Amino acid sequence: MKKYVYALVAASLFIAGCSKDDSSDYVPLSAEAGEEFSGGVATVSNATEEAFGFAYNGLSASESTDFGVGNSFFRQSWVSAPSSTTARDGLGPFYNAVACASCHFKDGRGRPPLYDGELGRGLLLRLSIPGMDPHGGPLADPTYGGQLQDNAILGPIIKGQIGITYETITETFDDGTSVELKKPIYTINNLGYGSLASGLMISPRVGNQIIGLGLLEAVPDAAILGFADEFDNDGDGISGRPNYVYDIQSNSQKLGRFGWKANQPNVKQQVAAAFSNDMGITSYMFPNENCPPGVDCGSIPNGGTPEIADLAFDRVVLYSRVLAVPIRRNHNDQDVLNGKKLFNDMQCVACHKPKMQTGDSYFISGYQNQTIRPYTDLLLHDMGENLADNATDFLASGSEWRTPPLWGIGLVQTVNKHTNFLHDGRARNLTEAILWHGGEAQAAKEKFKKLSAKEREDVIRFLNSL
Amino acid sequence: MKKLTISLLSLAGAGLIIASCSDDDNNDTSRTVTKSEVVANYAKIVYQNYKDAYDDAVELETAINAFTANPTSAGFDTAKTKWKEARESYGTTEAFRFANGPIDDEDGPEGLINAWPLDENYIDYVDDNGTIVNGGIINSTATVEITKEYLSALNEDGGEKNISTGYHAIEFLLWGQDLTAPAEKKAGLRAYTDYLDGSAAINQAKRRQYLNVVADLLTDNLDYLVKQWEEGGEYRTVFLALPVDIALQNIYLGIATLASAELAVERMDVALANMDQEDEHSCFSDNTHRDIYLNFKGIENVYEGEYGNIDGPSLEDLVRQANNQVATDTDKAFDETEDDIEAIAIPFDFAISQGATSTEGAKVKKAVLALQEKLGANLLAGASALGISVTIE
Repeated sequence: MKKYVYALVAASLFIAGCSKDDSSDYVPLSAEAGEEFSGGVATVSNATEEAFGFAYNGLSASESTDFGVGNSFFRQSWVSAPSSTTARDGLGPFYNAVACASCHFKDGRGRPPLYDGELGRGLLLRLSIPGMDPHGGPLADPTYGGQLQDNAILGPIIKGQIGITYETITETFDDGTSVELKKPIYTINNLGYGSLASGLMISPRVGNQIIGLGLLEAVPDAAILGFADEFDNDGDGISGRPNYVYDIQSNSQKLGRFGWKANQPNVKQQVAAAFSNDMGITSYMFPNENCPPGVDCGSIPNGGTPEIADLAFDRVVLYSRVLAVPIRRNHNDQDVLNGKKLFNDMQCVACHKPKMQTGDSYFISGYQNQTIRPYTDLLLHDMGENLADNATDFLASGSEWRTPPLWGIGLVQTVNKHTNFLHDGRARNLTEAILWHGGEAQAAKEKFKKLSAKEREDVIRFLNSL
Repeated sequence: MKKLTISLLSLAGAGLIIASCSDDDNNDTSRTVTKSEVVANYAKIVYQNYKDAYDDAVELETAINAFTANPTSAGFDTAKTKWKEARESYGTTEAFRFANGPIDDEDGPEGLINAWPLDENYIDYVDDNGTIVNGGIINSTATVEITKEYLSALNEDGGEKNISTGYHAIEFLLWGQDLTAPAEKKAGLRAYTDYLDGSAAINQAKRRQYLNVVADLLTDNLDYLVKQWEEGGEYRTVFLALPVDIALQNIYLGIATLASAELAVERMDVALANMDQEDEHSCFSDNTHRDIYLNFKGIENVYEGEYGNIDGPSLEDLVRQANNQVATDTDKAFDETEDDIEAIAIPFDFAISQGATSTEGAKVKKAVLALQEKLGANLLAGASALGISVTIE
């Protein structure tokens, strides 16, 4: 592997931090000590297609068994009721996928369909109409509910199918090269239960990788709020703000931190919602099926009340919390470090915060007081018109999205055999993902476009090291 | 082409590492072998095992076809016997999974062959607490022709895992649901008349057709694996051309993952923790105890380089050359783990029914821990002694 040695071209882009003592010598960049341990103590040394599937190695023996059970329930398919495998039945009646692992294959990231009618690969559509539900959340379509399940068990009529057409947006770099971005336009076809409500808003979302979630849970609210600057008081053009969402178990509003619009307060509620909405599996948190008017779900055999036993559910939640973060690859390479420096200089770090501390009260003691590097502030940011879905979600506006953590993105290709990024996988690689940035991120995107090809490659190399 | 960024410790001087020139001989004459020889011997074993599984599946298909052509009680029993026999050769092949091989790569047929849990309701009638629900493809009023193409297409629809073909689909069709209590130690009691025209059953013709088709699909899928691994076969060629440490790493990933994760946890510990009667892989025939034993045997076959008539250069030989202590410890681990597995009550749903703290459940737990802490740990130690780095779930 050739190491590139070159002088940095002075430009207004680069915040001068280089020593000028000996301008004829190139000063190599160096990594921060320990920065390769993105997940702190919950970092795993693996870069294969299994990289997202390892437990934090500090679990107790009984937690390990719980992890194993959770893993089993995550990977194995749910089957329709009634079935001999009573622990695993109750799928649907309406669902997007038969297993968590369908959309989060190997605990990784889903993707949009490759062709019309391809199901269960990771894209779903949230549905809402103008207004708010009693808890301040999105108001569901009266017939089709808050999410389109595009599949069903044998028997009931399928609610509808996702249709996608594409418009092209061309972005051109300063060096003349151009990139064609594909903007998806969503429709719902073959409606099974009548028309969609007028004013219906569709929010497309792909399944995200499951690593490091407990670590993110362990970050104190105050730390996240400390990153916020809703009214851009510091005048840097960045105005991250928290989403406050409904927490079922406490029946109160809590800081949201999970989901593409930070609409879930904790891992448990995220998992419960996914079981219910994505697979039609009821749990103690979501005991009701998603039934369109005219369908009597009570008359369709179910998998028990609830369909996932409490203990099994809690084990899936534990599983989802303790998947370790893969160690950085090539974090010491000069190209990667150069990319990291550019990432910083372009102010990508204003939202993709490199580093934060977990608190001292998480129930997994090993997760306390850890330095983690998720590259996110977990806050909402206006990302501009092109990325907007025009669908609100609690306090998130139709053009706001949560900064997603970047840890693991360099392994999505290896684990999931694709490089589809952003909330609906519309970006077909990381360069496209950057070019989609708008709104608060417009300035950073413009800086990226000014970079030379080599510099852009370095930024991508850096991102791929995460 | 997958890029593996696993660090491989150099093997420099490994031949020098002799823990003790002990001559506590076992009766085996230790061979001096090379890594390449071990890799080549492994390929022979994989091919032969898949071939045996294929041949047994052909016998199963023959028995099934004979039964459906003329359904009798005797023919039904023969088909069931052939199914259990076919499982004997398949069970040991699971040691070749998790090894970046063709069984479970992107296009791998593992799901079509051995998927669990089975969506019974998707295939045929099921008993819902005493009420028969006549569902599934077999009882569907839609006019569909049950063909190989039809079932394959259903099972590959959009990333869904395969839920209605393979050994367990055949098992379900031959035994039906196990509706008796675990303490009765009985398997499913499907009547052969489910297939006999003129009996009290319904949709007998479609049921016969379904059974024939899944039996046919099974042999097709096993044949694919035979062709991949035969001499000159596509994957065998790839495998033998891999850098020898990568090939060994793959072999180790297979057996270590099966030992510590898939067998110990997924198939045993989870079932024990759930205490759910049918949370066992061969729940219709109550044959799970054989699955467990055969998975163990498959690991042993690979480690010792022995299968059927094959007895050649093995991981055991390499480990003994590198570190005699680890080799000895590993032998002991195999023996103790085997004892623990054989101590588990039969059938498996009875063993797990009262959970980990019951007398029978504790035996299952002991075997789980043996697989993880003795066998799995020693396999990894052996790999490490050879300079092979293996990280498993």
